[in-house]
Amino acid sequence: MTMSAAPLLEARQITLRIDARVFCRDLDIRLFPGDSLVILGRNGAGKSTLLTALAGLRAPDAGEILLAGKPYAEHGARAAARRRSWLGQRRDDPFAARVLETVLTGRHPHLGRWQWEGTADIALARAALAEVGLAEMAERDVRTLSGGERQRLAIATLFTQDAPLMLVDEPLAHLDMNHQIAALTLLSGRVRRGAALASILHDPGLAARFHTHALFMYGDGESEIGRAEDLLVPKKLSRLYGHPLLKATVDGHVAFVPA
Amino acid sequence: MKKRLIALLLLALASLGAALSVGSLEISLAEWMEILRGEETLAADIALKLRLPRALSGFACGALLAISGALMQSLLRNPLADPYILGVSGGASVGALCAILLGLGGLLLDAFAFGGALAVLLLVFGLARGDGSWTQTRLLLTGVMVAAGCGALVMFFMSVAPETRLRGMLFWLMGDLGQTANPWPLLGFLGFLLVAILPLAREITLLGGQGMESAHALGVDVRRLRRVIYFLAALATAIAVTSAGVIGFVGLVVPHLTRLVVGNDQRVLLPAAALSGGALLVIADTLARTLIAPELLPVGVLTALLGVPVFLFLLSRRETP
Repeated sequence: MTMSAAPLLEARQITLRIDARVFCRDLDIRLFPGDSLVILGRNGAGKSTLLTALAGLRAPDAGEILLAGKPYAEHGARAAARRRSWLGQRRDDPFAARVLETVLTGRHPHLGRWQWEGTADIALARAALAEVGLAEMAERDVRTLSGGERQRLAIATLFTQDAPLMLVDEPLAHLDMNHQIAALTLLSGRVRRGAALASILHDPGLAARFHTHALFMYGDGESEIGRAEDLLVPKKLSRLYGHPLLKATVDGHVAFVPA
Repeated sequence: MKKRLIALLLLALASLGAALSVGSLEISLAEWMEILRGEETLAADIALKLRLPRALSGFACGALLAISGALMQSLLRNPLADPYILGVSGGASVGALCAILLGLGGLLLDAFAFGGALAVLLLVFGLARGDGSWTQTRLLLTGVMVAAGCGALVMFFMSVAPETRLRGMLFWLMGDLGQTANPWPLLGFLGFLLVAILPLAREITLLGGQGMESAHALGVDVRRLRRVIYFLAALATAIAVTSAGVIGFVGLVVPHLTRLVVGNDQRVLLPAAALSGGALLVIADTLARTLIAPELLPVGVLTALLGVPVFLFLLSRRETP
């Protein structure tokens, strides 16, 4: 990956396991500004576990994870949140809240203890809502949103957090085709402007189109990391998913079709 | 939002005014003028020496229970949680009944009740984080189980208690403000609680609304925050229950009603819940003193009688609280 100063994120020789299941062993990852890494693997291969570890929400079983050159513990939760954002898979809203209130939660790490959200924060939040097409819904109760709208709200919250490292777990869940492309375009736009991205996807075609690097998790502790064009080929993908895949190119866009 | 907080403040003041004026001896506006001028009348004695301490204690207990309920709802991410859900009141009841059974009263009874509440608080905390996960479900199940155990002990004590002690036990269990003499320790703790919890209010909103992992990713030290919330909420409950017995429904209904008015931003919700919880308990206690005067109703019975229909109404209206 491109060499410059300290990487935004570095995983050194990490091992992750839950009980007897080993998800990855001695894995090295380095993400620099401009890098986008897609994590692919079958269900239960440990993709989300890896992403929560990279986000500092869970300690690795061995090895260390450095955010901008320092372990998460040294940053503290608040300072870490200004450098990395994380989009989880689960959305539940036990309490009523307005959409604008929810997207403003992204400003939390930027505000002092007694500080309230100011006009600049609200402008940022409204811009993020507009980016994901929710500008009209700012006053709606989050609990009245559809699954796809709720997902776009979560992506807007991620953008409002405005961290240079974005870790997103299935950002396309519940999204229509048009919103899938829009979401990936927004994410990779931020990568072009100097952010770094790691995302978990299930479509190798979209993975190839929007990412510079790929990480395969085989589910038995074996993993493979490299440039997207080297890994996202039918032979390797067929092995990863345990099903033969064919590559099709239409108008310059790559798609992988199950045989 | 500011207007709504001011309205709640006025409601709280009005409830205190009513509590001081109403009773076996009604105090008129003219008499209030004399009292405010500092004249020592019989009305002044009744209002300031008899009714004021009771009203202030009621206000503080209601506020503590409402804050505790709001905190438990955020901690467990469950709008149906109340201050008693994790067994603190059960522990206090076991302690208090133990003391009554032994023939103890006054400060010793309070000490027993508070000791019981503290014991349960620590027991639930210790058991729930046994495997280090300390998830909402584990905390909730541990608390509910310990509360059930306390309930069984309460039944046991009542079944072996002599007739003469039974009435005292029942009154303690139902919640009664008559036993509180000095309101200042309660008000002092209420002030401390607000000062301790308000700087954390934005983080509490995140924990309740977004969950542990997302709140952590947004920069909340979730581990520390959950401990602080648990201990402060449980302590507030222990103190309220020790002074006034198990007064039901304030801690469950007030955070709900307040959320309807001001939303779930804890920076506003917590002070608003304190004001409305205090006001509700003062009003309920005033009714309890006057409805079937000269007989006194235990205020806990009245809050439940008021609380149950209000809650059912909210529930049937739509599931959005």
